[in-house]
Amino acid sequence: MSSKKGFSRRGFLQGAGVGGVLGTGLLEREAEAAPAGAAIAGPGAVPITLTINGKPVNLTVEPRVTLIDALRDYVDLTGAKRVCDRGTCGACTVLMNGKSVYSCSVLAIDAQGKSIETIEGMTSPEKMHPVSQAFWENDAQQCGYCTSGFVVACKGFLDEHPNPTEEDVKHGLGGNLCRCGTYMGVRAAALQAAKQMKGGKNG
Amino acid sequence: MANTPDYSWPPMGQRKVIGQRVKRLDGPVKATGRAKYASDTKPSGMLYGAYVACPHAHAKVTSVDTSEAEKMPGVKAVHVMAPAGTEIQWQGWEVAAVAALTEMQARDAARRIKVAYEAMPHLVHEEDLSKAGANARKGSEQKGGDADQAFQQAEAVSDGQYGFPVITHCCLESHGSVVQWQGETASAWPSTQDVTGYAGQLAASLKIPATNIKVQMDYVGGGFGSKFSPGAWATVAANLSQKAGGRPVRLFLDRQMEQTIAGNRPSAFAKIKIAGKKDGTITAWDSASWGSGGFQPGGPPPQPYVFVNIPNYRRVHTGVSLNVGPSQAWRAPGNQAASYLTCCAMEDFAAKIGMDPIEVFRKNVNYAQPAFQERYQFQLSKAAELAEWKKLWHPRGQSGAAPVKRGLGVAVGTWGGRGHASNCRTTIHPDGSVLVEIGTQDLGTGTRTIITQVAAESLGLPVGAVKLEIGRSDQPRDGASGGSSTVGGVSTSTRKSAVNALEKLFEAAAPALSALPEQLEAVDGKIQVKGSPAKSLTWKEACRKLGTASIAEMGSFNGRNDGAGLSSEGAAGVQIADVSVDTETGLVSINRYVAVQDCGTVINPKLAESQVYGAIIMGISTALFEERIMDRQTGHMLNADMEFYKLAGIGDVGDIVVHMDIRPENDSKGVIGLGEPPAIPICAAVGNAVANAIGVRVAHLPMTPEHVLNTLEGRNA
Repeated sequence: MSSKKGFSRRGFLQGAGVGGVLGTGLLEREAEAAPAGAAIAGPGAVPITLTINGKPVNLTVEPRVTLIDALRDYVDLTGAKRVCDRGTCGACTVLMNGKSVYSCSVLAIDAQGKSIETIEGMTSPEKMHPVSQAFWENDAQQCGYCTSGFVVACKGFLDEHPNPTEEDVKHGLGGNLCRCGTYMGVRAAALQAAKQMKGGKNG
Repeated sequence: MANTPDYSWPPMGQRKVIGQRVKRLDGPVKATGRAKYASDTKPSGMLYGAYVACPHAHAKVTSVDTSEAEKMPGVKAVHVMAPAGTEIQWQGWEVAAVAALTEMQARDAARRIKVAYEAMPHLVHEEDLSKAGANARKGSEQKGGDADQAFQQAEAVSDGQYGFPVITHCCLESHGSVVQWQGETASAWPSTQDVTGYAGQLAASLKIPATNIKVQMDYVGGGFGSKFSPGAWATVAANLSQKAGGRPVRLFLDRQMEQTIAGNRPSAFAKIKIAGKKDGTITAWDSASWGSGGFQPGGPPPQPYVFVNIPNYRRVHTGVSLNVGPSQAWRAPGNQAASYLTCCAMEDFAAKIGMDPIEVFRKNVNYAQPAFQERYQFQLSKAAELAEWKKLWHPRGQSGAAPVKRGLGVAVGTWGGRGHASNCRTTIHPDGSVLVEIGTQDLGTGTRTIITQVAAESLGLPVGAVKLEIGRSDQPRDGASGGSSTVGGVSTSTRKSAVNALEKLFEAAAPALSALPEQLEAVDGKIQVKGSPAKSLTWKEACRKLGTASIAEMGSFNGRNDGAGLSSEGAAGVQIADVSVDTETGLVSINRYVAVQDCGTVINPKLAESQVYGAIIMGISTALFEERIMDRQTGHMLNADMEFYKLAGIGDVGDIVVHMDIRPENDSKGVIGLGEPPAIPICAAVGNAVANAIGVRVAHLPMTPEHVLNTLEGRNA
């Protein structure tokens, strides 16, 4: 008897569109925030354009598709991972307008008009970003599943904090989790990358 | 028939590549997001799968109606695993699955499958044995010596209660696979710890020949013991694929199911009494333990641990069957619990007689297996030195009047780590290129790197001159990566294979050097006459002597005796936790954590240290934060996510000091696995440090504010 149990974003958007039928405070706020006559996206798939790694990418996705799923399943950019699926672990981290975001917690349609940088745009095995290089040199990866998120979060952090202390690193990268236990390497990598990004003007 | 080649490792001081801190070879693809995991795989035409999971902890399925789901948009296949009549034993049990064009469509359709259940009584808690009823199964008592007499005559007796909760593996890549099943053939891209065993296991359930199943896995996002078997999951994906006309299906557990059913470490509770003398000598052990590995209760952790020869003992264990997801092997199965129970009870005995626990450990080290006694003495000293034990340790509870109390705790661990059976093929081509192939997997332990280092060392080449391929079922068979068996297995088979191939190259090159093959050696990219390095060919010149025929030589290891001392078993370690406990908030923080660890011949110290760091960080996470929380009423796991099932973050683990015990007497043992050994003592060391800080034993892990404050206030946790 579970057919009505699941709460879908489709229902959410429909509810919001007709003025908060579901009646929660959140939905009422969303409805109030929407300008009169605003176009309602969905519930079916809609064409969207995302700016990913500097290039426009046209997709057709349902409005409830998250940015991480759009990247992984529609664009085949699989560096960012979906792990906790609810904004806890940071494995899905990408940069949006230069800031780290959990891409599992951003809808793809809401990422339109914003500059999205994924790990694929930031670095490559042939031309490693200093953060990737520092992760390699300090062995800041084991299974590697969290590593993409950590590398992107580290770049986002260092862009805003070019001279971090180790305590700053512990705080700034506290939004990413690793199960293999690579934190010692990550701490050293972040501090090394900070030096190299300044020295090499490579950020 | 020529004599058996000398496979033994070069002496410690003469190694060129082995022993070097080579950066892991898959670092660049991992640090740039290019490593493709099974969950990143997207073969042409792939469908997305979703499960229907049972919401009851114990129930009988009375009907399953898939008709509505089958009509949903995008749906290509529906498969029922638990038809009417199935008795379900835990929440999250997989009842049915759907494959559709998108993941959202699959989830929508799964929600439309109507399953009716008849709920049945369940039990999901085992801490209170008196409430377990018929689910508790008491084993027979084991006795040795005369425990009764030893306790009567003892100068001191300590007793305590200890609790070690269920924790989940929480692999970041959940369990699952992409499977394509077309008639008599199948392809699988699984997330597994056993690439070459996978086809055989899947073949049994698909009833097609294992030779018709291709398995490939380049990278795996964590396993820790929970990914040995395809389980039912690959079979479900295969059935969906078959029903969808042979299109590949990606089917992975979502995070909630991963936490609920994909693997956990069994619990262990115990009441333990120790008898002994006031000089620290232990004379008797008495333990009554209980725990659960799920519906199958599982056995006891080995007790007493390490100090196995305590002459007088009595122990009994009760297994409890619960309606919860099944346990899986967890990085050193049984040993973490065993170390926790034994080392905590010994620390309590030390506190009882007012003695330094390191001295008590020393005093009783003759109860350890003879091969370990000297090593433990050395490692206890080394760890104490690195942790500044003499300066920082104080008798239990004498930690000053300030609300934040500092304490130190010690614990020990041991593990076999013998290599598994392994086969390797080394191919040397006439152009000088070298290919090494093993059907193994790199869990992130650095397997790729160490195989390549062994091959390069053996051939006198740099690491970059050796190409390695792993991760496929059509490669020479290796074993499952579990029990720290991989490094011993693959390094032994690789060494043998490379030496065998080199013998063939010597035969081809010898005439040009006017020498006999057995007079040649491979050094620094040259094939040269031993003792006359001027008489040499470059590697490429030597390989050209092969004409058009490549060399392809196998190396095999039976998993028992390699005949050359390349690998063996028996690692030991001592660890010390230095913690601070805020007695007002109950918060425990790690100041410093010291590990002294041996593992025989170290092929790559950088990667070996990473293994120890990783094991300790994972262990600190379990000691401070991790606990599966079950709801008595619904039988649900309440923290089946990564927000309330808390893992340690980068700021939670303190400073970690790793000392690899690579003395020549350890190096001479050959390669011994390192995945499990350092993962064993952490809970015990942290638990003992907390007791040392606050003056009283916090019985139950994890050392959360709740448990610490309950203990300080004298409440039952």
